Amino acid sequence: MADSTPLLKVRNLRVAYPIRSSVLMRHIGDNVAVSDVSFDLHQGETVGLVGESGSGKSTIARTIIGLVKASDGSIEFEGKDIARASWRQLKSIRREMQMVFQDPYASLNPRLTVRDIIAEAWRVHPGVVPRGAWTSEAKALMDRVGLNPDYSDRYPHQFSGGQRQRIGIARALALRPKLIVCDEAVSALDVSVQAQVLNLLEDLQADLDLSYLFISHDLSVIEHLCDRVLVLNRGVVVEQGTVDQLFDNPQDDYTKRLLAAVPVVRPWLEPT
Amino acid sequence: MTAALPPMITTTPIATPTTATQTMQRARRARRGVKIRITVPIIIIGLYVIGAITVPVIYGFDPLRTELVDRLKPPGTTLSNGSIAFLGTDQIGQDLFAQMMMGARVSLAVGASTLIFAGLAGVTVGLLAGHFGGWMDTVLMRIADVQLAFPAILLAILLASVLGQGLTNIIIVLSIANWVVFARVTRSQVLALKNREFVEAGRALGAGHFHLIVRTLLPGCVAPILVVATVEFGHVILAEAALSFLGVGVPIGVPSLGSTIQAGTAYLTSAWWISTLPGIALAGLVLATGVLGDALRDFYDPTLRGA
Repeated sequence: MADSTPLLKVRNLRVAYPIRSSVLMRHIGDNVAVSDVSFDLHQGETVGLVGESGSGKSTIARTIIGLVKASDGSIEFEGKDIARASWRQLKSIRREMQMVFQDPYASLNPRLTVRDIIAEAWRVHPGVVPRGAWTSEAKALMDRVGLNPDYSDRYPHQFSGGQRQRIGIARALALRPKLIVCDEAVSALDVSVQAQVLNLLEDLQADLDLSYLFISHDLSVIEHLCDRVLVLNRGVVVEQGTVDQLFDNPQDDYTKRLLAAVPVVRPWLEPT
Repeated sequence: MTAALPPMITTTPIATPTTATQTMQRARRARRGVKIRITVPIIIIGLYVIGAITVPVIYGFDPLRTELVDRLKPPGTTLSNGSIAFLGTDQIGQDLFAQMMMGARVSLAVGASTLIFAGLAGVTVGLLAGHFGGWMDTVLMRIADVQLAFPAILLAILLASVLGQGLTNIIIVLSIANWVVFARVTRSQVLALKNREFVEAGRALGAGHFHLIVRTLLPGCVAPILVVATVEFGHVILAEAALSFLGVGVPIGVPSLGSTIQAGTAYLTSAWWISTLPGIALAGLVLATGVLGDALRDFYDPTLRGA
């Protein structure tokens, strides 16, 4: 797998939010959110991004998906540089990668039915699914993510948090992407629902040969799902490696502290 | 202080379930109140609309006809042709009720068309300013500020002297004076919406500006726009009456509520009804739209939902 070209290749990514003076809106400095981040992601692989709040995890995700502009560095998807892509190229790249958002309550348009939320992708990218097949395709996707297809005319507020996240996943799958970026996709769910959604993500990966970039602050989720992990601290990758390497033998101080902070069910049984 | 504490502690466990039910009941009562406050004004406005359409036809109203025998008759007088003018007649012998309804026709038509033009312009500006931000926002909103600083009456007088009097000109003037309100409300709503995750989800899908504005942002703005439109409807009708009262509104020969009130001021001591009754009719219409707008705002307020 290592010798094939990676699906996603991030090199020296730097993202900075400009700080502007209050009076003339002059550019007076940068708030660097992410600096010098590089990693590869191969087809069918799951890479985890882990770090505390404010470490730049979400910024990386949003830059890759194109919601935030990179200040420097490159993001290549199947060899095409996203930062230098034209609008039309970017649109076709976006078909290949989708995002599952953190908050299942905020990420679904409250005024659209589930069918319309899923069909939105086909409305934006005409030609993927013919208009006449939208309803049946949306129902098939709902069925695929474990929702009752009969509920396709319902609105998001009629679903529970876990069900809504399934809707979010169905929407992300609508364009049959190769890469799905999950930004804290299970953090807002309670633990039992988290497990169900994680299992769903694993099933989908096995069936559809998906790749995930999985962002979480929850190390146990990362350990469960990911092949490789990047540990971020203040916008810098402090350590990266396979899950086994990282969890069994952390090298960096920050990683050690992060692992030590994971709550343990029966601390008296753990060797110190 | 210490004496007051024990009873508070004892009532707390009982109070908790009661407060919950009370909140539910209050919310339910508020909901019912909102329904009444929506229904009643709609019925009143509906009666005005029906009256404005039918009454001038039934009475065969002709604004240029004069009936000197029937001048300045008080409400309830039997006229020379045998009909009863139950709201009296004016200084040229016109039936006041028919004239008022004709005036309401003008007021409603001006109000509705102004709302359409001002609404379309304002909502478009608000969507563009809110969605794109940056210099577009700055430019459009500064234009709006300039517009707000310029008195509508002055503009009306200017336009009336340049273009002459006419219904179209009133609609133009009032649209220019009112689009700002729509623009501001829409813009603030877009600003509140555009950083919500579902809008970002649309962007992540690759949706273009047009798609985001029309299919994602606009539907979220409908409720506040509807509320503003209702309130503005009353304002526009009042503004039209004011312009007509001042003589820069409807041309002579077109009766509007404002011009009828104005015509009656000369006879206030002898024939009070000519100014008073159209005034009451105007107040009733504006009040109904005001209450309706208020009730609609409550109706769309999610904190009053769910009971």
